[in-house]
Amino acid sequence: MLFGLLCITFAIARVVPGDPARLAAGPDANEDMVETLRAKYGLDQPVPVQFVRYLRGVLVGDLGQSLRSRNAVADDLLRYFPNTFELVTLSLLLAVALGIPLGMLSAVYKDTWVDHTARIVSVSGVALPAFWLGLMLQLVIALHLGLLPLGGRLPLTASPPEPITHLLLVDALLRGQGDTFVAALRHAVLPVVTLCFPALTSIMRVNRAEMIETLKQDYIQSARAQGFSGLRIVTRYALRNAMIPTLTMIGLRYGWMLGGTVLVETVFDWPGIGLYAVNAAVSSDFQPIMGVTLLIGVNFMLANLLVDFAYGWLDPRIRRPGGA
Amino acid sequence: MTTRVGPPGALAGWLEERRSALGELRRLARIFARSALSLVGLGLVAAFLVVAAAGPWIVPYPEDARGSVHLERKLQPPSAAHWFGTDEVGNDVYTRVILGARVSLQIGLIITLVAALVGVPLGVVAGYAGGALGEVIMRVTDVFLSVPALMLALAVVGALGPGIVNAMIALSLVWWPGYVRLVQGKALALKGEAFVEAARAVGTGRCRIVFAHVLPNCVSPIVVKGSMDMGTAILAAAGLGFIGLGAQPPYPEWGAMISHGRNYLPTWWWYSTFPGVFIYLTVLGFNLLGDGLRDILDPKSRG
Repeated sequence: MLFGLLCITFAIARVVPGDPARLAAGPDANEDMVETLRAKYGLDQPVPVQFVRYLRGVLVGDLGQSLRSRNAVADDLLRYFPNTFELVTLSLLLAVALGIPLGMLSAVYKDTWVDHTARIVSVSGVALPAFWLGLMLQLVIALHLGLLPLGGRLPLTASPPEPITHLLLVDALLRGQGDTFVAALRHAVLPVVTLCFPALTSIMRVNRAEMIETLKQDYIQSARAQGFSGLRIVTRYALRNAMIPTLTMIGLRYGWMLGGTVLVETVFDWPGIGLYAVNAAVSSDFQPIMGVTLLIGVNFMLANLLVDFAYGWLDPRIRRPGGA
Repeated sequence: MTTRVGPPGALAGWLEERRSALGELRRLARIFARSALSLVGLGLVAAFLVVAAAGPWIVPYPEDARGSVHLERKLQPPSAAHWFGTDEVGNDVYTRVILGARVSLQIGLIITLVAALVGVPLGVVAGYAGGALGEVIMRVTDVFLSVPALMLALAVVGALGPGIVNAMIALSLVWWPGYVRLVQGKALALKGEAFVEAARAVGTGRCRIVFAHVLPNCVSPIVVKGSMDMGTAILAAAGLGFIGLGAQPPYPEWGAMISHGRNYLPTWWWYSTFPGVFIYLTVLGFNLLGDGLRDILDPKSRG
């Protein structure tokens, strides 16, 4: 899988129609300078040689260099990824924390007004363009009501904490900088809500459908017959079984969110890898794009792996020796 | 199956009947409730198609789509003359939004068709023929599915350079794996079905089996996915337009319009708001329609 991913990122970099060396040298460069750069980046070598060089580089953590800023891509990614990680994690947590109870409510009160309202919201979630939702939130909440900041990660006046984990919120807490923590949290609210909305609604949808199926099962009937309370049945017995497809959806949505950060970070000027990729893409700076694609792909694979482990934890039947 | 120990005789029969009658009623009620939403979807899609088809004849200022300049009426709020207001060079936002429907329809159709035309044959080969070739196809598909489509499309457009055609190429390039997955699973399942085995047993050729038996049975899920994808593709293309990698101004594309209008928030709010509402309604329509189609065509895979 990983090898395949590397092939794709490399292939994408190869289809650049312009000449990357000339692009890097700038419009005023003469032929010699372009040739020097070409040799420096190994762009004069045959394609298989370049591919092997690329692979070898990735293995030692060298993802190339941004042609625009001359920064090493790996360093840039290390700087920006924690911000994206924070954004995506908070969004996913919020989506799960709201989506699962809402899906449960919707299933338990099926075909009542609770269910209908929840379903209308959930249909909307998939169709709303995330970037537009973000803009509208900015327009109403930040600009008209002035409740929350418009964008960015911290106010200019705030001093970021000395990095420990590189996660701004965690670092602010660890360093005991309460003000910075609150400021950072306030900046995070709108992007997190925007990013989590589509995920929230699809998690809710899957959870609802699965809960409805599960609640029809025989063992739920027998638990009811034994006089267990409704709440206990729903949370202890039904939810656990409805969680497996829901988890699959969560895994999928995590991947979607990583892609979605591209748009949300652009709207909110959030200094993460999404915004970094957009800036690189706009100026045909292909090394950073390859790096971000690779990083997101790897993350997505890891997330799916985690989901597989979680299956085993939820459903002992899957926990076979040597099994998946 | 567990054996059910129920009340004997007539009572059991009556209970069973009641339960199935109730179940049937509930099922009909559920389908009805769903189809109300499906009808809304159908209505939205129909309206979208009419607007896309009739665009140039129903807009008040057709020349505004090509980027004419009327500085004397720039950034005016919505009024009787300009329902959705005007933009920074005095173009009528209503005109541009309506004509944008055409652009979106084209984008959605092309991406979905290309994806299906590439993905379906590959899926049939991988699912029905299998073998080493099938294995290779599925591996490649899995790799493509391991990166979020929008990110991959961004990378491709980044390499090709911005523009509406490149955006469509990029999105088509990342869109086909979904169809391979769908058709492969379906073809694999059909391969073991009695009627396909029977056809094979009487000596029907491979091609004939594929065209006469396997493909027709894949049509329903493909149509359902196609309808959903029309919406999603439009959304993704608008996303690329918003970033500035898709359609370039003055081309009337919704995402690009929102992106431009963004610079004029909050005072000139109408500029970004209306194109977004249209994206929302269009994508909502295709999604609801897809849901409705699934209920009718493919009730087993309801999710």
